[in-house]
Amino acid sequence: MTDVVDLGLKAKDFKTDQEVRWCPGCGDYAILAAVQGFMPELNIARENIVFISGIGCSSRFPYYMNTYGMHSIHGRAPAIATGLSTSRPDLSVWVVTGDGDALSIGGNHLIHALRRNVNLKILLFNNRIYGLTKGQYSPTSEVGKITKSTPMGSLDNPFNPVSVALGAEATFVGRTLDSDRKHLQSVLREAANHEGTALVEIYQNCNIFNDGAFDILKQADTRDDWMIRMEHGQPLRFGGDGSKAVVRGANGALTIEDGVAEDDPRVVIHDAHADDPSYAFALSRLSSLDSRYSPMGVFRSVKRPTYDAMMAEQLEQAAAKAPGDDAALDALLHGADTWTIQ
Amino acid sequence: MSKTVEQLDRVVIRIAGDSGDGMQLTGDRFTAETALFGNDLSTLPNFPAEIRAPQGTLAGVSSFQLHFADHDILTPGDRPDVLVAMNPAALKANIGDLPKGATLIVDTHDFTERALARIGWASNPLEDGTFEGFVVHAVELTKLTLDALADTALSRKDAGRSKNMFALGLLSWMYSRPTENTLNFVRQKFASKPEIAEANILAFKAGWNYGETTEAFAVQYEVKPAPQVTGTYRNISGNLALAYGLIAAARRSGLPMFLGAYPITPASDILHELSKHKRFGIRTFQAEDEIAGIGATLGAAFGGALGVTTSSGPGIALKGEAIGLAVSLELPMIICDIQRGGPSTGLPTKTEQSDLLQAMYGRNGEAPVPIVAPQSPGDCFDAAIEAARIALTYRTPVFLLSDGYLANGSEPWLVPSVAELPDLTVEYATEPNGPNGDFLPYLRDPETLARPWAVPGTPGLEHRVGGIEKADKTGNISYDPDNHDFMVRTRQAKVDGIARSLPPLAVDDPDGDARVLVLGWGSTYGPIGAACRQIRASGASIAQVHLRNINPFPNDLGDILARYEKVVIPEMNLGQLALLIRAKYLVDAISVTQVRGLPFKADELAEMLQGVIEHD
Repeated sequence: MTDVVDLGLKAKDFKTDQEVRWCPGCGDYAILAAVQGFMPELNIARENIVFISGIGCSSRFPYYMNTYGMHSIHGRAPAIATGLSTSRPDLSVWVVTGDGDALSIGGNHLIHALRRNVNLKILLFNNRIYGLTKGQYSPTSEVGKITKSTPMGSLDNPFNPVSVALGAEATFVGRTLDSDRKHLQSVLREAANHEGTALVEIYQNCNIFNDGAFDILKQADTRDDWMIRMEHGQPLRFGGDGSKAVVRGANGALTIEDGVAEDDPRVVIHDAHADDPSYAFALSRLSSLDSRYSPMGVFRSVKRPTYDAMMAEQLEQAAAKAPGDDAALDALLHGADTWTIQ
Repeated sequence: MSKTVEQLDRVVIRIAGDSGDGMQLTGDRFTAETALFGNDLSTLPNFPAEIRAPQGTLAGVSSFQLHFADHDILTPGDRPDVLVAMNPAALKANIGDLPKGATLIVDTHDFTERALARIGWASNPLEDGTFEGFVVHAVELTKLTLDALADTALSRKDAGRSKNMFALGLLSWMYSRPTENTLNFVRQKFASKPEIAEANILAFKAGWNYGETTEAFAVQYEVKPAPQVTGTYRNISGNLALAYGLIAAARRSGLPMFLGAYPITPASDILHELSKHKRFGIRTFQAEDEIAGIGATLGAAFGGALGVTTSSGPGIALKGEAIGLAVSLELPMIICDIQRGGPSTGLPTKTEQSDLLQAMYGRNGEAPVPIVAPQSPGDCFDAAIEAARIALTYRTPVFLLSDGYLANGSEPWLVPSVAELPDLTVEYATEPNGPNGDFLPYLRDPETLARPWAVPGTPGLEHRVGGIEKADKTGNISYDPDNHDFMVRTRQAKVDGIARSLPPLAVDDPDGDARVLVLGWGSTYGPIGAACRQIRASGASIAQVHLRNINPFPNDLGDILARYEKVVIPEMNLGQLALLIRAKYLVDAISVTQVRGLPFKADELAEMLQGVIEHD
């Protein structure tokens, strides 16, 4: 085994000379700082990291990361990243997307990247609103949302991004919060270490068009009541004094109970590695439309071969059987039935 | 019994039956025999979009036409000399294309009252004099096949399926074709089902022997091999040649290939073919949709691969935005559009040239994309290499516009040697190119205006690209009005400049005194060429130019057009090339159009061109 050389990278190495142009107070600043602060930990040379985004406020992200990057077109980042990651398995490929980009116009590419288990880290900034187009409701906005395009309230039932990802049998799904740098970085760490597609939903505040969307999870007097921190192997207890808990009912369903005794055997011990995705899915369904009872952390992290590795293996197998050299190509062009004119 | 052997210089045969009868396979095998024999040939498969259309209906008829000759030919033939019809519907659907005096070989098995009534025939046309002007061979083809297979263990239903092989055997006898390869093919194809292989071989031999022994077939024909340029030949279809051209381009460029594609008729065969050749470093990705197909291709191109996406008109419409991004990112990519009848779903299995303007202009903004078009099935190989040359040299997406006729049609192909193909070696950027040791991703090559291809993994060249307008040289976001004007004009100049790398056009004007020029592009090459030959044979003069590069046009095109009094442009659309020629060269071109889902007939084109010449 070769010794790992510490590249000695710092957060500032990941900053570009481009002026960051999000609205003052936007949650994206905190996420950018958290990601730049986390990147040195990976100890991957900057040239081997690529950030790919779609369209939307969050999708300006690659311009601010001093790595390789592509700001692409609306919704297509997972598809573009799939082509890059599968053809260049040596790279660390990250996708930055938003709730509109990933779940509306790009919903198809997201679920297919997840089911294939391409080696991508997808950061989904969810602010539950369209920011760049100035304030229309998004596929994660709560029903009845009054916006510029829905003066009488939106009619659509929203997506829960974690539920969608689990429905697509994602191998890694996590959730975190823009303002909690420590937690954000801890989820990024687990996502980065995961082989395969990792989806990280980041609750992000849009202070212009949807300010305070996640306040109940941020404010000191409410967050302990509504946020369920998940740690693998630990009981799912929350509330200031830990008296609230996720319990398994007689019918197997997960519910929330208040005033649960310390030794109550019904309290669920979090198992992020459960093979059956229905447990994680049940966890994702605990939240209400207004983000009460939001589990935060890693819902699911399981091992499955990556698409990239399997594709590379097929190429290696084929080449091992018969190398693809000029002679092989000449033989292919000739085929089985030729005739010669002298 | 000794048979008469008659010499022919050319024959057009059409084989028609239900879409599940194996007509395409029969046609392919007869073509392979004919190719091996050394005739020049050209084929036209024609089949419905439905996989198993209702049996015995006109809509379900599938056919395969083969033209073979002892001399160089250009088209699959206008009118069949021989029609093999496996049922009443196949006869009715095709009889209108036959000239009087043509030969009909008809399987009488399904000529029941009910089947006839189903397609609107009140009485049996084989018996009521309907086909008096034709040479009719009414053959109990199915029954003869069943009899031949009576001693096998196959059910009647399974045995009946071999009737196409009986027909192939009979045709092979009629035209003195070599049969060994067909027998080997059958053995290989059904290697896992030896009883089926044996049945097909029995049926094939029964067909051959039927021709040789029955008195009904008194004449056996011979079409001598055609003189060809020396070398090794094979028969090849357009889609296969295109796939091979792409593999060769990857090999000659030294790049790994990435194909991102979504299945669509008539392009899917290219995906199927390339997926078989992973050992050449080819990754094939069947994407979730057309957009993901090109998206993944673009991602791979960013990573340094020879990116290819394949589709047809409806899929290209979906890819439009991503093509625009590729134009903006200035990354190499080959976009294969195997055109079919449109608009919308249109005619999936039929041919058309109606995506030219979509390829030219089907994007938002000023987004020029070079266009290359093959002119025959075998030429798809060279056109693919030319598309790769342009994409890699100029760092641009390139359209390769084939069509359904080229895709499925086939012809003899002089097999090239890989070592003698063009060298497409590309060099990625490896060093900073800026004055201060920085990297400028949009600093251009002064000759080609191509930007450096700096792939991830290269230290010191980290950079960001995107679809937002970029500042000259640095590639940083720029909303500056002058910069945008400059970048739009520069991207256009880059594509226009490709013309400087093109060879002079070949003007086919053997008499040197023609006043009318026929200009074409793509698969109309064959019919136009055949029509020109007919006109010259009648003593008149006509010139022909065929375009391989449509965007940009070759630099000498304007002068050539100016030399002729009249320019005629035949197209399988409503005049798309004519529109471009008129706009660019202010030439009053005469547009001749047809959108029947089928190639032009040489006779009809010749007659029309004759009219233009005489009207002069």
